[in-house]
Amino acid sequence: MSEKQTFTGNRGLQLEEALIFEIGSFENCGVDLEDVPQVESRLGDCAAQGDIDLPGLSEPEAMRHFVRLSQKNHAIDAGLYPLGSCTMKHNPRLNEKMARLPGFADIHPLQPQSTVQGALELMDSLAHWLKTLTGMPEVALSPKAGAHGELCGMMAIRAAIEAKGELATRTRVLVPESAHGTNPATAALLGFKVDGIPADASGRVDLAAFKEKLGDDVAAIMLTNPNTCGLFERDIIEIADALHEAGGYFYCDGANFNAIVGRVRPGDLGVDAMHINLHKTFSTPHGGGGPGSGPTVLSERLAPFAPLPYVEKGEDGLRLVENNGDAAHNPFGRMVAFHGQMGMYVRALSYMMSHGADGLRQVAEDAVLNANYILASLKDVMSAPFEGPCMHEALFDDGWMKDTGIDTLDFAKAMIDEGYHPMTMYFPLVVHGAMLIEPTETESKAALDLFIATMRDLVRGAKEGEVERFKNAPELAPRRRLDETLAARSPVLRWQSPEAKQAAE
Amino acid sequence: MRYLPLTNADRQAMLANIGAADIDALFVDVPDAARRDGTVDLPRHQGEMQVERQLSAMAGKNMTASTVPFFCGAGAYKHHVPATVDHIIQRSEFLTSYTPYQPEITQGTLQYLFEFQTQVSELTGMPVANASMYDGSTATAEAVLMAHRVTRKSRAVLSGRLHPHYTAVIENLSEMGGFALAQPDMAPQGAEDLLALIDDDTSCVVVQNPDFFGNVTDFTTLAAAVQAKGCLLIVAVPEVVSLGLLKRPGDMGADIVTGEGQSIGGGLNFGGPYVGLFAARDKYIRQMPGRLCGETVDADGQRGFVLTLSTREQHIRRDKATSNICTNSGLCSLAFTAHMTLLGGKGMRQLAELNHARAVQLADALGAVKGVEVLTPAFFNEFSVKLPANAAQIVDALADKGVLGGVPVSRLAPHAGLDDVLVVAATEANTENDVAAFAAALTEVLS
Repeated sequence: MSEKQTFTGNRGLQLEEALIFEIGSFENCGVDLEDVPQVESRLGDCAAQGDIDLPGLSEPEAMRHFVRLSQKNHAIDAGLYPLGSCTMKHNPRLNEKMARLPGFADIHPLQPQSTVQGALELMDSLAHWLKTLTGMPEVALSPKAGAHGELCGMMAIRAAIEAKGELATRTRVLVPESAHGTNPATAALLGFKVDGIPADASGRVDLAAFKEKLGDDVAAIMLTNPNTCGLFERDIIEIADALHEAGGYFYCDGANFNAIVGRVRPGDLGVDAMHINLHKTFSTPHGGGGPGSGPTVLSERLAPFAPLPYVEKGEDGLRLVENNGDAAHNPFGRMVAFHGQMGMYVRALSYMMSHGADGLRQVAEDAVLNANYILASLKDVMSAPFEGPCMHEALFDDGWMKDTGIDTLDFAKAMIDEGYHPMTMYFPLVVHGAMLIEPTETESKAALDLFIATMRDLVRGAKEGEVERFKNAPELAPRRRLDETLAARSPVLRWQSPEAKQAAE
Repeated sequence: MRYLPLTNADRQAMLANIGAADIDALFVDVPDAARRDGTVDLPRHQGEMQVERQLSAMAGKNMTASTVPFFCGAGAYKHHVPATVDHIIQRSEFLTSYTPYQPEITQGTLQYLFEFQTQVSELTGMPVANASMYDGSTATAEAVLMAHRVTRKSRAVLSGRLHPHYTAVIENLSEMGGFALAQPDMAPQGAEDLLALIDDDTSCVVVQNPDFFGNVTDFTTLAAAVQAKGCLLIVAVPEVVSLGLLKRPGDMGADIVTGEGQSIGGGLNFGGPYVGLFAARDKYIRQMPGRLCGETVDADGQRGFVLTLSTREQHIRRDKATSNICTNSGLCSLAFTAHMTLLGGKGMRQLAELNHARAVQLADALGAVKGVEVLTPAFFNEFSVKLPANAAQIVDALADKGVLGGVPVSRLAPHAGLDDVLVVAATEANTENDVAAFAAALTEVLS
C-alpha cells in the first residue's frame, strides 16, 4: 500500500475538510433574505447587544462542506452495517417521498383538527397496523425513540400499580444482565430498584433464579425478546404467567421485533407493554443517531393509562384527545409536546403498506435465515457461546482469539479496513468480548458470502499471527484510531478561535 | 417483494447449508401456543404506485401551511428552509448511518455534531451544548432532573408562562420520579413572583423566553436572585430564531438553557420530529444528559472527533446514568447545522429582524380590528390577543375562510380561564398580504 504523502493531506477522492468556523466568514450568507421593513422595535429591554459570532457560507461552499463530510461516513446505502440489536436495514426512498408530501410535512400540530383529518387518519392507520401485528389492544404513538417508549411503558405500569394502591410496596424491577443499558436507566428514572437476573447456560433467563426473585415487591420485569444474545426466550409464557401470578407486569423491550414480526404476536406471549423502534423494524432511517420513534403497545390491563394524546373516532370524524379533562379513560400524563414523530409515522406506514402482512412475515423469516447462515458459516472458526438456531442476530465471543494477541476491538477495527462497519462489540455483557452480528433481511446471499469470506480470512490472519493487520487497524479509513482518553480527560466540546483559546490560557 | 434480495433458490441453499429442514426449524424456540401459521389480518404487499396513491389521498385532506395565510406558533413555527438543507440531510451517508460509535468511519457525523454544539453554544451564550435531545419539551424536563442532581434537591418552580405541554411533560416526569413542583396560575400579562415560591428543597426555577404568550423578558435580575437562593435558573427557548435578536440567556446568567431547534432547518411535520437543544455551564458537564462530541487526535496525530464522557450514559452506567436517552435527533441537528451555516451570524440577525418586523405589522393590523386587544407589550415574533368571544370558535371560523389564525390558549390549557385569548405568530414566511387577509377575515368573523 502506498504511503504517499500529499501537499493537501487529501488522498485522491478522500478530501480533508476544515470546520465551518475555519472556512466561513461573518460577512457571508447563503440565504437571500428580503429587506427588513422599517418598524418600531417592540423588543423592550431584551434586544441583543453585539453580533452573533458565527460564520456563514455561500450555498456552493456549504454544499461542498457537507458533501465532503458525508464522504467520511459509512452508511447502509454503501455497505453491510451488521450492528447487532440495531437492525440496520435498507431505508426505502418511497418513505422519504411520502413523508415530504406537504399534507404531512407542512401542517402545524395545533391547527384546527377539522383541517388535519388526513393526518389523524394516518395516525389511526399506523395504530391499527401496530396493534394488529403485536396482538395488543392499545398503542401510545407519542414516544420519541426506543428509550422514550420504555419510559412510556414503565410509566403505564407505574400508574397501574398506583391505581391498585401498591406503589409503596412494589419497588423492585427485574432486569436480566443481558439487557440494553436503557432498561435499568429507565427503571431507575422512575424510582424503581433494579435487580439483576442471571442468564442460564443456554443464554436465556435462568427460570429458577427468576422465580426465586419473585415476590409481592416486584413491580415488573424488563425483558428483551428475542433477547440480546439473539435467542428466543423459550420460557417466556411461563415467565409471564409466574410474574402475573405474583402481581407484576411484563415490559418487553421490542428492539428485536424484526425477528418475529408477522410470525409471533407479543400479545400471545403475555406482554403488558412493549415499545417498537420504528427506526429498526419499520425501516425509518437512523440518521446518524435519530430521530427515532418508539410507539408503545399496551395490554388490556394497561390500556386505560395510555398517555396523551391519542386519536379516537368522534362524531364528525377523527378526534385527537389532548387534555386530561376530556379523556374517557385515565391517562398517566404526557410524554412530549404535540403528538410525537409524525414524520416517522408516515415512513413506517409507507413501509408496512409496501410489505403487507405477507411481506412482513417474510422479513422476519429472511432476517432469521440470514443470521443463521452467518452463524453456521462462521461457528467452525469463531466461538459461538450458545447453541443455535439463533433469531435475527448471531453472537460470538472472544474465546477463539485466546493466544492470538488481539482482542475484539482489534478485530473490529480490522473489519473497517476491509470496508465493513464492525458488528456490535462488547455487548451483551454476559459474554466475554462479545461480537453481535445482525445482517437484516435486506442483504443478498452474495453480500453475505463476501462478508463471511472476509470474516474467515480475518480469523485466519489472526490465528496465523498477522498481529499488525489488527493492532494498527484501521489504516485505510478517513482517520486512524482516535484517542478517546484524551477527549474525556480535557473535554473540548466546541470550537474556539485561536484568540479566545490564547486568552483562556 | 422489492425490498427483499433473497430468491427462493437462495433460501433453499442457505437452509441446506445451515442444516435446517425448513424455515420453521429456525423458529423452534417459539412456544407452540404463540406460533401463528397464517398471516395476520392486514392487507397484502403493494407496489410503490399503490402506496403512494393511498397516502397522497390522506395527505390531500389536510390544509397545508404554505397554501393559506398562516399564523400558528405556540412552540412550532413555519419558516423557510433552503432547498440545500433537505438535499444534505438526504445524502445516503448521513441518512442511513448509525450513531457514530466507530469514529474512524463516522467523522462526517461527528464533525457536524461538533459544529452543531458550537453553534448552539454561541447562540445561547453558554459554554457547552450537547449533541441534541428529542425536542424542546423533553430537553426542558431533562434540565429539571439535572438541576435536581446538581443541587441534590427535589423541587422545581415553573413559570406560569411556560408552554403548557412543556409543563405537562415536566409534571409527568416529576410525579413519576417522586419530585415536587410549584407553579403560579397562568396569566398572559403582569409580573410573576417566582422567588416567593422557592423553598429549601427547590433546585431550580424554569422560565421561558419568549414565553408562551409571546412576552420577552430580561431575566438578568431573576438569575442573580435565584442563584443567591442556591437554585439554578433554567431558560427554555421554544423559538430559536428569537436568539437572532434577543439578549442571550447565557448573558442573562442562565445555568441551563434548553430550546426547540425546529425553526432552523426543520419543517412543521405536525409536531415531530424536532430537535431539542441543551446547553449549560462548564462546571455541570458531567451532569448533562445525552451525547457529547469532543475533539481529539488519531494515532497519526490528526484532528478528529469522538463521542465523549460516555460514562454519564446508559450504555455504560446503566441504572446510575444521567438519563435513559440513547437515540436523539441526529439528522435534525444536521438540518439545523446546515441551515445555520447558510445563514451565519449575519443572516440569523436579519432573519430574526424580518420575523420581528412582520409580527409588529401583524400586531398593528390585529390591534386595529374592533374588539381585539393586543396583550403583549414586548414580543419577538409572537404575541397574544384578547378577543371579544371564544378564541377556539373564532379560529374554527377563520379556518372555514381559509385562514389558519393562531392557537387558542384553551387548546393547550382548557382550564386556565383564558378562553378568549389567542396566541398568534408571524414569520418571514408571511407576506404583507397574509397580514391584511388575516385582519380582514378576523373583522368579518367578529362582525
